[in-house]
Amino acid sequence: MTKDVVKNIVLEIIAVVAPDEDLSDLRGDVRLRDQLDMDSMDFLDIVMELRKRYKVEVPKEDYPRLATLDGCVEYLQPRLAAVNVPV
Amino acid sequence: MSVIPDNQRIVITGVGLTSPIGNTLAQMRRSLLDGVSGVTSIETRFMGRVLAGVCRFDEKQYQAGKERRRGTRAGAVSIFCSHEALKDAGIELKDRDTSRVGVFIGVTEHGTVETENEIAAIREYNYDVKYWSHHHNPRTVANNPAGEVTINLGIIGPHYTIGAACAAGNAGLIQAAQMLRLGEVDLAIGGGVSESIHSFGIFASFAAQNALADHADPTRASRPFDVDRKGIVVAEGGALFVLERLTDAKARSARIVCELVGYAMNSDAADPVLPTPQRLSQCMRKALDRARLEPSDVDILNTHATGTELGDIQEAEAIRDVFAGCSGVFVNNTKSYIGHAMGAAGALELAGNLPAFQDKVVHPTINVDRLDERCAMTGLVLNKPRTASRVNVILNNSFGMLGINSVVIVRRWAD
Repeated sequence: MTKDVVKNIVLEIIAVVAPDEDLSDLRGDVRLRDQLDMDSMDFLDIVMELRKRYKVEVPKEDYPRLATLDGCVEYLQPRLAAVNVPV
Repeated sequence: MSVIPDNQRIVITGVGLTSPIGNTLAQMRRSLLDGVSGVTSIETRFMGRVLAGVCRFDEKQYQAGKERRRGTRAGAVSIFCSHEALKDAGIELKDRDTSRVGVFIGVTEHGTVETENEIAAIREYNYDVKYWSHHHNPRTVANNPAGEVTINLGIIGPHYTIGAACAAGNAGLIQAAQMLRLGEVDLAIGGGVSESIHSFGIFASFAAQNALADHADPTRASRPFDVDRKGIVVAEGGALFVLERLTDAKARSARIVCELVGYAMNSDAADPVLPTPQRLSQCMRKALDRARLEPSDVDILNTHATGTELGDIQEAEAIRDVFAGCSGVFVNNTKSYIGHAMGAAGALELAGNLPAFQDKVVHPTINVDRLDERCAMTGLVLNKPRTASRVNVILNNSFGMLGINSVVIVRRWAD
């Protein structure tokens, strides 16, 4: 359940960043860039949305941990909890 | 017969536009002949209600959602107009070597809107620049509108904008013609665009200059040459043309809209905002000389007049000087319908007059209840369309701040 909430948070942001994409069959274990038409600027949009919406800072050295949806969930779950997002 | 070889003659073969009175040339023309204004009232940041010429085209018609999210309004206007112009010209870029296609778009300014938006966005975060967008630089580089067109259409030839204040629409067209004549490109998209109504600063600066029009009825606010004119109505829009060398247009049996027979640009070298009649006259004469035409050969003259007190008078003085004794020249104005579309103005106003080559009707300048006698000109068409016995030559004035002047002359195509 908790992971599902985090996953939905990430999917909501991806839907804003990549509005033309169908996210219904997005696989959790495959790189987002390999499934979606996304580039580094889109990726920075995800980082910015996390900052704006949840005050979560993702340092540059951690970017590789957001490469997949599963990676995003694993990385963000404790950080969202730390800023009191009810996950 | 022209003495210029066909491979140096430049023709317009497609028109794409969005204006406050229509998103096609046919719609715009209908509004011009019916006296329909496109000026309305909008809310703008810090200023509240202002009057503006607003375009209503579907940004998603030619752009994906992500492109729109990343891009600018000027980019969206440019992309829409480019697609429409190519379609009008019957050109499919997939059949073309796009390294031989160029995009040359006139802008009054670019980046003002995006910078204001970004500052407003970080204001929500106590001006913490961590929240400043990484999209700011690609959105505000001066080539943005033309560059967005090349990305959208896969054009790998040259692209840039031409910063030419409110002379930019003509300047984009002139640049396109020059690049074709130089053999740098085989097909050019040229003209001008404006997104200026999305910047509060542009309205505020005109207001501070006492040059921003207002009226209880927005459709009556833009009134060049009228005694009660109060200044400019800022508008957005765009008009981009497909231009080709005559030889290439003929080779593909293109429908030719008109020939670009003359153009000129010069500088007042005087005042940052006030025009200089002698330089305006010189610019018109230079364009006529290049076209090998006499003033009396002109059938329609589209004035630049924006509705400011002195600017309208100065242009009228220049026109009276150049066209003295020419009783057959019809003089009109298009800003009275759409407001001042800034970088798009010259191109949009030229476009609006082009159908006169077929229907021989000259659209008037509207909203003139009492003509300012200092703006009186022989042949000035007021409030109601006039039918001409011939329309073979149209001269289009477009002037801008810092004393930049541009004149374009087009001739009806008759092979």
